[in-house]
Amino acid sequence: MSAHRLASAVATASITQPPSSLDYFVDRGFRSLTVIAAVLIILLVGYILWQIGGQAAPAIAEYHLGFLTSTTWDVQQARFGILPEIWGTLYSSLLALLIGGFFGLGVAIFLTQEFLPAKLAVVFRTIIEMLAAIPSVVFGLWGIFVVIPAIRPIANWLHDVLGWVPFFATSLSGPGLAPATLVLAIMILPTVAAISQDALHLVPFRTKEAAYGMGATRWEAILKVIVPTAAGGIFSAMVLGFGRALGETMALAMLIGNSNQISLSLFSPAQTLASLLASHFPEAGQVEVQALMYAALVLLAITLVVNIAGIGILTVTQRKISGKS
Amino acid sequence: MNKANLATAPATPAPIIPNLKRSIADRRALRSTLLSGCCWIVALIASIPLFSVLYMLIVKGGARLSLELFNELPPAGFELGGGFGNAIVGTLVMVGIAALISIPIGILAAVYLAELGPESRLAQWSRFLSKVLTGFPSILAGVFVYATLVLAMGTYSALAGGVALAVLMLPTVILTAEEAMKMVPRKMKDAAMGLGCTRTQMIWKVVLPTGLPGILTGVILGIARVAGESAPLLFTALFSNYWLNGLREPTASLSILIYNFSSMPFENQIELAWTASLVLVIMVLVFNILSRLIGRPRI
Repeated sequence: MSAHRLASAVATASITQPPSSLDYFVDRGFRSLTVIAAVLIILLVGYILWQIGGQAAPAIAEYHLGFLTSTTWDVQQARFGILPEIWGTLYSSLLALLIGGFFGLGVAIFLTQEFLPAKLAVVFRTIIEMLAAIPSVVFGLWGIFVVIPAIRPIANWLHDVLGWVPFFATSLSGPGLAPATLVLAIMILPTVAAISQDALHLVPFRTKEAAYGMGATRWEAILKVIVPTAAGGIFSAMVLGFGRALGETMALAMLIGNSNQISLSLFSPAQTLASLLASHFPEAGQVEVQALMYAALVLLAITLVVNIAGIGILTVTQRKISGKS
Repeated sequence: MNKANLATAPATPAPIIPNLKRSIADRRALRSTLLSGCCWIVALIASIPLFSVLYMLIVKGGARLSLELFNELPPAGFELGGGFGNAIVGTLVMVGIAALISIPIGILAAVYLAELGPESRLAQWSRFLSKVLTGFPSILAGVFVYATLVLAMGTYSALAGGVALAVLMLPTVILTAEEAMKMVPRKMKDAAMGLGCTRTQMIWKVVLPTGLPGILTGVILGIARVAGESAPLLFTALFSNYWLNGLREPTASLSILIYNFSSMPFENQIELAWTASLVLVIMVLVFNILSRLIGRPRI
C-alpha cells in the first residue's frame, strides 16, 4: 500500500485522536481520586491510633503505668490492672508459636520439597488453606466440644504423675491455657506454612542442585542448605504468625477460662488482652470501658510492633534473595 | 589406557567408580529416611484438625439443618425450636455494607499503587501500612469503630458493624487488586497509550478489564474473611433477637450467635450453634472456592 493511500485511510478512519478536554478533565479527576484513596489508608491507620489513644487517655491519666503491673480487676473499687492479661497474651502466643510454627514449617517443607506428586501437593495445599478460612468462633466451638474432652484425660494424667513440674501444677477442669494454645496453634499454622512456602520457593534451584550434587542426603540438603537459605523468610513467617496469635480473640475468649491469674501451669485458666476485651466489654459500665480502652491501646501497641517487625524482616529478606539470585 | 602407557606413566591408582546407590543401612541415609517419616507424620497431624472440624460440623450441625432455621428467630433460654434467620440476614447485610465501602476505595488505592505511582513515597507508605493492617487484630477494629461511630451515633448499629468489617476487608482488597493489576502485560498498556488514551482511559479500558479476575478473587477472599468475623461485631452491632429493622439498630449475626449460644447450658442452643457454624462455614468455603475458580489464570 502506498504511503499516500495509507495516509488517506488513516485520515478518514480517525480511530486515534488526541484526548478531548473532557477526557483530560476526567483523567485529572480520576487520578486525584486514586491519590486520595491511597492517602486514605495512611490516614486510616493514623486515625485508628489517634482514636484508640484518645479513648484510653482518661484511663492513662487515672492509672498511669501501674495499670501494666497491677493484677487486680475490681470494678467496684475502680482498681484495674492488666499484668495477668499481658502474661496470658505473651505466654499463650509463644506456646502457640512453638507448636504452630513447628508444624507450619514442617508442612511447608513437606509441600515444597517434593514429597508429594504435584497434583496431590495442590490438594494438600488447599486443605491447609481451607484451615485458614474457618472462622475463629467455629474453632472455639470445636475446641469446647472436641479438644477439651480429648485432652482432659491426658492433662489430668500429667498432673497426677508430674504435678511437681510447674507446667503441670494444676488440673484441667475445662477451659484453660492448654486447649486455647492448641487451637491457637492450629489457627496460625496456615499463616506460617504459607509464608514459609514462599520463602522456600525463593531458594534458587542452583543452591538445591549444588547441595544434592555434593552428595547430601535429602534431609541433609533440607536442614543444612535449603532451610538456612530461606531462614530470613521463615523467621518472618514465625514473627507474623506470632503477631496473628497475639490478636486472636474469639477462640481464646471461649477456651481460655477468663480468669485473672498468672500461672506457669499449662492447665490453669488464664486471660489474654483480647479475650479480656471480648468478655468484659458487652456488660461494662463507663468506668470499666475506659480501663478496657487502655487495655486495647496496650494490645494495639504490642501487635503493631510485632507486625511491623515481621513485615520489615520479610521485605528485607525478599529484597536480599531476589538481589542475590 | 594400554599397558605401554601404564609402564611409563607415574603409578596412579585405578579410577574409583563411586557407588551412587545409598544403602538404607548407611547412617546418614537412615537418618534421612526417619526424618522423612516424621515429616509425613507432621503433615498428617496438620490435616487432622480440618477433618475433625468438618466432621463435627456435618454430623452435629447437619442434624438440625432444616428450612425453618431460615425463617425463625433465635430461641430464648428454655425454649425449644427456633432458628437464626435474622442472624443470616444480619451477616449478609453487614458484609454487604463492608463490601460497598471497601471495594471502591480499595480498587482506587490499588490503581494508584499499581499504575499511577508505583515507586513513589506515598505508594511505599500506603503499601506498607496496608500490609500492617492485614495483621490488625479484629477486635481492635471493633474498638476503633466503637470509639468513632457508636459513640457518635449514640447506639450500636448494623452500620457500625459494616464499617468495622470494611476496615478489616480493605487491606486484602488493596493488596490482591494491586497484584492483579501488576500482572497486566506492559505491551497492552503501551498500546493503549500509543493510541492516544489518557491514563484514566487506559486504566478503565485495559487494566481493569484484564485484571478483573484477580480483583474479583481479592474481593471474594476479603468477603470470605470478613463474613466469619465476630470480634469487631461485639463492639459495634452487638446482637439482637429480632429481625433487622434498619441500619441504625443492633443486629444479629451468625458469628455472634455462635459465640453467645456456645456458652449457654441448654442443649437446644448448642445444637443451633453447631448448625449456625455449619451454615457459616459453608458460606465461607463457597466464597473461597468461588475466588479460586474466578482467579484461575486464563492465559
